[in-house]
Amino acid sequence: MEKNNRSYSIIVPTYNERLNIALIVYLIFKHLQDVEFEIIVVDDGSPDGTQDVVKQLQKVYGEDRILLRPRAKKLGLGTAYIHGLKHASGNFVVIMDADLSHHPKYLPSFIKKQLETGASIVTGTRYVNGGGVHGWNLMRKLTSRGANVLAQTLLWPGVSDLTGSFRLYKKSVLEDIISSVVSKGYVFQMEMIVRASRKGYHIEEVPITFVDRVFGSSKLGGSEIVEYLKGLAYLLVTT
Amino acid sequence: MKHIVKIMVLLVAISACWIGLLQTSIIPRKHTWLLPIYFIVSLGCYGLLMVGVGLMNFPTCPQEALLLHQDIDEAKEFLKRRGVDVGSE
Repeated sequence: MEKNNRSYSIIVPTYNERLNIALIVYLIFKHLQDVEFEIIVVDDGSPDGTQDVVKQLQKVYGEDRILLRPRAKKLGLGTAYIHGLKHASGNFVVIMDADLSHHPKYLPSFIKKQLETGASIVTGTRYVNGGGVHGWNLMRKLTSRGANVLAQTLLWPGVSDLTGSFRLYKKSVLEDIISSVVSKGYVFQMEMIVRASRKGYHIEEVPITFVDRVFGSSKLGGSEIVEYLKGLAYLLVTT
Repeated sequence: MKHIVKIMVLLVAISACWIGLLQTSIIPRKHTWLLPIYFIVSLGCYGLLMVGVGLMNFPTCPQEALLLHQDIDEAKEFLKRRGVDVGSE
């Protein structure tokens, strides 16, 4: 099947993902066999040798398929995307996490959805039928659900999964939105999709499954909740 | 129009209805005074209900963990043979 001139740049920010980056690259190549794409690894100076593994991968798959564009130190996700964007030659950009919570097997469904609907953004959602989460305890699910209901009530965002970071963008759309986003952390992901919604971009969703590989889900403490509420208030007033 | 403005407009419209009801006494005054409280409480209950329903129907995918393990093994095999260092960290 002709893919005309569609090419995809997959930006993967990494920090200490020496093993996962290799696994992810393998899986991307496995599931995107007839697609023109490149993988842009934005590594923030990982001390565990992630960049060495990427160089080995380049020998296997080619330096034109895997671009290593590192930075000197940990500088944050938003700027990692901006940095990756500068080197992206595709007309579509995929952003995904490096820790295998986002499985490359869903990439074809993102692409297919975009082809079918002509959407500017296709975002993965964990909260619909066909999607799901594994590895969250009851407390974590409760927090997630509560946060989601609150965000839906306040922001009317038009998407079911606000904090997800597995997304396909038209490159021009990503460039447009990212320049107007100021938040950090996962509020950054929320701000991206809410701003896109406000600007009237056509957004579609596909179900994805999310296997949380961080045991004990200790990353959701009191300070995260406060950060989230502040982020919601900020988005409520400024978008 | 910014989102917050939309919400303000909605609140103003609802308040106008409420004040209208107060003035014209379609509903007995003492009930009308309590309407905002009923509204807020209903909103709260609706929110809690949505959280509860969502929690009960939270989509999970235990089989995905297994599939992921298989994918990881397959990937390690392939990569090891081609000289990529996939030793455990």
